[in-house]
Amino acid sequence: MIEIRLHGRGGQGAVTSAELLAQAAIQEGKYAQAFPSFGPERRGAPVVAFCRISDEPIRLRTNIYTPDLVLVLDPSILRLVKVGAGLKPDGILVTNTKYSGPELRKELGITHTLVTVNATRIATEVLGLPITNTTMLGALLKARPVVPAEALIAPLEKRFGRIATKNIAAFQRAYQEAVIDRP
Amino acid sequence: MGKRIGIEVSIAAADAVASTNVDVVAAYPITPQTHIVEHLSELVNNGELDAEFIPVESEHSAMSVCCGSSAAGARTFTCTSSQGLALMNEIVFIAPGLRLPIVMILANRSMSGPLSIWNDHTDVMSIRDCGWIQVFAESGQEVYDHVLFSFRVAEDPAVSLPVILNLDGFILTHVIEPIEYWDPEQVKRYLPDFKPVNTLDPDRPTTVGAFGLPGIYTEAKKAQDEALIQSKKHILKAWEELGEVVGRHYKPVETHLTEGAETVFLTMGSIGQTVAMAVEELRGRGEPAGLVKLRLWRPFPFEELRDAVRGAKRIIVIDRAISYGGTGGPVASEIRSALYGEENMPAVTNFICGLAGRDVTPRDYIAMYERSLEMTQSKVGQEDFVFYGVRE
Repeated sequence: MIEIRLHGRGGQGAVTSAELLAQAAIQEGKYAQAFPSFGPERRGAPVVAFCRISDEPIRLRTNIYTPDLVLVLDPSILRLVKVGAGLKPDGILVTNTKYSGPELRKELGITHTLVTVNATRIATEVLGLPITNTTMLGALLKARPVVPAEALIAPLEKRFGRIATKNIAAFQRAYQEAVIDRP
Repeated sequence: MGKRIGIEVSIAAADAVASTNVDVVAAYPITPQTHIVEHLSELVNNGELDAEFIPVESEHSAMSVCCGSSAAGARTFTCTSSQGLALMNEIVFIAPGLRLPIVMILANRSMSGPLSIWNDHTDVMSIRDCGWIQVFAESGQEVYDHVLFSFRVAEDPAVSLPVILNLDGFILTHVIEPIEYWDPEQVKRYLPDFKPVNTLDPDRPTTVGAFGLPGIYTEAKKAQDEALIQSKKHILKAWEELGEVVGRHYKPVETHLTEGAETVFLTMGSIGQTVAMAVEELRGRGEPAGLVKLRLWRPFPFEELRDAVRGAKRIIVIDRAISYGGTGGPVASEIRSALYGEENMPAVTNFICGLAGRDVTPRDYIAMYERSLEMTQSKVGQEDFVFYGVRE
């Protein structure tokens, strides 16, 4: 079972990212679970969402404490929230940042494998909005192909309708541009 | 078999309600039930569901509308949580008294003071004695299946009682997971059209909900209790036929690894799956642990419960509600009562946890197991219940 924790700010679509991943995995015949950190929605406040993907039915109905992957949608959260808390030793931190992996690693003392992409720039250029949820999914799949990239197309189209093309383009560009930095 | 799709449990629940061609939905939105009601409202608005959606101004009105529409012979659905249930309370007791087969989804949430929107069972336990059939679901698939089941049982002319389908707020309502939808043929095969036993009809005037003077009230209540007790055989039949239609099999009391178990957990609702993982881990260490899951809460399945725990030395009852100043958790109280006087009655240890959605992990359940072993080294009384994990 792969456990993914997503960090973002209310309104940035962390929950949507978790949902899209789960839907893609289920469509591929796997089992998956996606859920928000339960509570009142607060636009702008740091929020967490969770996603589990497995070949077996998933019975665990708790938050995720020892993720395999952590996805950070908003770079400002890196300094606010302990995003790496509980991340498995071989886990990967995937983040939106304008800095390079080595720069960020040095500044924040990150010891895990780090995947960086400037998702805010990509989203602004491609979508016209700094909403990075679909963009960051590209970086996540670069870090670890938890589902095949093609499997996300149908859920993206269903979710975004006529603006799906742009979201798919942003997702694909982030996949290309994400850089893996190993410790 | 249908294909599993990844969908939020609330949306799937609403789709299941829509698949019954429900006639009337009267509900007021409240967290965490909101998505169910919103989706039904959307389906009606889009013309995908030919039903009356009555956007009432309160839950009290929601249940009042439901009683009226059900008495008029309409297939009727409502949905609420916590404070909403409290507000509709007055009418909740009337529906079974009038034998109105309304189906209600209760997205379980804490009762306020202090305000909480999160999950536990304090809402449903407040209406334990309301006279409705009450079942609990453990997963999204179970919720979907039990929507169909609830209509089938409620509207069975031999039952004609309302049904509450409990699902844990957030832990189930807000989760996306794989759910297999029924196809229309399966729904048609399982759920006949609603043929009410008696209806309000201007051409054949009848009285529903008349005064019950002391000379008749006791008889009416005895008849109501009898109807609820007798509903069990129809409930069992409805589960059996559900298994024939979709291949998933449900029972009033379900067990996991209870053979040779000396200590059994007893759960209701979605935590059953997490506890099952803890039990498997304990078994892996050679600990004789097992799990009993209570699916049917009313009518209470006494025989099945006694059979399920027979041979166990101790039971760990997980309660997610409190009987203040009383016996600890309401479920533990029922279990003790059901087992009282049984030969070799197991010791009942009671843990109250998961209040207001506080996360409880397999590790926590293992800690409760260890605590239960310690507690039962001496006699355990009903006042020895534990608020697990409480900070003091």
